[in-house]
Amino acid sequence: MFNKDRWREIIEVLTTNVWRTIFTAFGVCWGIFILIVLLAAGKGLENGIKQDFGNIATNTMFMWTRATTKGYEGLPKGRSFEFKISDVQALRDNVPNLRFISPRNQLGGFGGNNNVVRGIRTGAYNVYGDYPEIINQDPMAVTSGRFLNYNDIREKRKVAVIGLGVKNDLYDKEEDALGTYIKIQGVNFMVIGTYKKNNSGGGEEGQKEIFVPFTSFSQAFNRGENVGWMAITANDGSSISQLKEKIVDVMKKRHKVHPEDTRAVGYFDLYEQYNRVESLFGALKAVAYIVGIMVLLSGIIGVSNIMLIVVKERTKEIGIRRALGEQPWSIKKQILMESIFLTLISGMVGIIFGSLVIFGINSLLDSVGPVDMFMSPSVSIGVVTGALTILMVSGLLAGFIPAQSAIRVRPIEALRTE
Amino acid sequence: MIEIKDLHKSYKMGSNSLHVLKGINFKVEEGELVAIMGSSGSGKSTLLNILGMLDGADSGEYTLDGVPIKNLSETKAAQYRNKFLGFIFQSFNLINYKSAAENVALPLYYQKVPRKERQEKAMKYLERVGLKPWAGHLPSELSGGQKQRVAIARAMAAEPKVLLADEPTGALDSKTSYEVMDLIQKINDEGNTILVVTHEEDIAHMCKRIVHLKDGVIVEDKKVEQVRAEQYV
Repeated sequence: MFNKDRWREIIEVLTTNVWRTIFTAFGVCWGIFILIVLLAAGKGLENGIKQDFGNIATNTMFMWTRATTKGYEGLPKGRSFEFKISDVQALRDNVPNLRFISPRNQLGGFGGNNNVVRGIRTGAYNVYGDYPEIINQDPMAVTSGRFLNYNDIREKRKVAVIGLGVKNDLYDKEEDALGTYIKIQGVNFMVIGTYKKNNSGGGEEGQKEIFVPFTSFSQAFNRGENVGWMAITANDGSSISQLKEKIVDVMKKRHKVHPEDTRAVGYFDLYEQYNRVESLFGALKAVAYIVGIMVLLSGIIGVSNIMLIVVKERTKEIGIRRALGEQPWSIKKQILMESIFLTLISGMVGIIFGSLVIFGINSLLDSVGPVDMFMSPSVSIGVVTGALTILMVSGLLAGFIPAQSAIRVRPIEALRTE
Repeated sequence: MIEIKDLHKSYKMGSNSLHVLKGINFKVEEGELVAIMGSSGSGKSTLLNILGMLDGADSGEYTLDGVPIKNLSETKAAQYRNKFLGFIFQSFNLINYKSAAENVALPLYYQKVPRKERQEKAMKYLERVGLKPWAGHLPSELSGGQKQRVAIARAMAAEPKVLLADEPTGALDSKTSYEVMDLIQKINDEGNTILVVTHEEDIAHMCKRIVHLKDGVIVEDKKVEQVRAEQYV
């Protein structure tokens, strides 16, 4: 199959009419170029949007309480209630497949007053009372010291992990924050670690957070058994969207909320949002593939056409070769290989040009800095191999009809052709 | 070597069919040099095509070297052509982008002979037709006589049982024609069986036997005194 003579012949046939070959090749080249660039653009958009999600565990929901809207079991409507710390255990017992349940309490918030003091510096930050698992749901890199652990929780230590933004505000540049104290609403906490979040989603805000043990938080700021809100992550393989109803039902039952009261327990399903975005990009990718393949198709038809002409031109030669004893299959193979070769080579040129364009865009993006909703367009090696497979198959298809017509001509008729 | 019995062939021309061969009985022994003569339309090319397995007969028997040739698939026909037959055409039918040596080596390529051996054999046969110095030339760089000699070398390269020549001198002037016939005679002297289709009397008389075809039947089949082409060269 890969002997020298066959290849020489392929090259000879394709170079007899160089310009025709080039124009034909251009069709395929252009198709695959469009496909690659479209896919890369889609990927760039996807990267840009997904960056906003950061690396938050996406199989997660957030849940909080609101006033009831229906009276139930003698309790009036409009009643406020709060989650309790015992709800966490109840959820663990009643809902399977939950990976993390993090009760959280919070101080500060958007536009809050200055609540943290260190020496003469002050700042307004979000302060969270958290369990150590939160680092899995809201990932952050601990840059110095350590994150919260269960000893902190058990002993209600007044310790804090602060964001780099907080450190920059409250400390001098070369100052070491570890072991120092900050005063959160009048209560001193020792800094045991600093963190940096690498998702830009929270922006600067994400770096300006303070994490303290849930138990210390409750004690220091008089929350008792109350839980402000919860972040619940499901196991991989089961979706939180399917579990959320059960979770909410458990909460309603425990807090004597009317089962049909849809307002009392509020939640936000991150997974659903994420899926929505995912399916959007899935659709985008499908469009890119469809458009690319359609353009490619016209190139392929061009190749098929040219191969038909080549076969027509070589009818006599094919007749001679068959008279000399070449097997029909061998002739068919020759035509098919010419077609595949032409498609593959021109496709590769298209891929190379596409990659150059992507490379150009990337270096442009690097030089002008981050752009909204667009980041590092790229195509994976999988896409490239996919494209090459498409090319192989389409080359085969393009050559099929010409090859068939080549062996359909009887040798005697082929020989008569002048 | 060749034996045909009651061979019939007709072509469909629209609604009516044209009966070209009307029962040919014909036998060729090994080492014969046979001329098939006839005016155009007499069916001589059709006969040659059937002998060459390029075309199938409607009825009748055809045996080549003891092998019955009937209902061949294209693949089988190609294989037999390659093994049993060498073709020489009026219009030479060389492949124009291949050099003389490559053209000669082509049938060997289809026999899957290794490259090296192919080249050696091709050179050997080119030498026999006196064209060794032209081995690397393309057909377009050769004269008509040279082209036909390359074609003869190609036909012989696969060492076939029978050489079939369809008007081998039809496109050549008389001097070159005699040169080609001289070559054909010499090949025949070595014991090869050759069939030549021609309509030229002098060419026919350079063979050992003349078969006259007329309107699809053999009207005359005679042995002749061979005229050597050498004397005209």
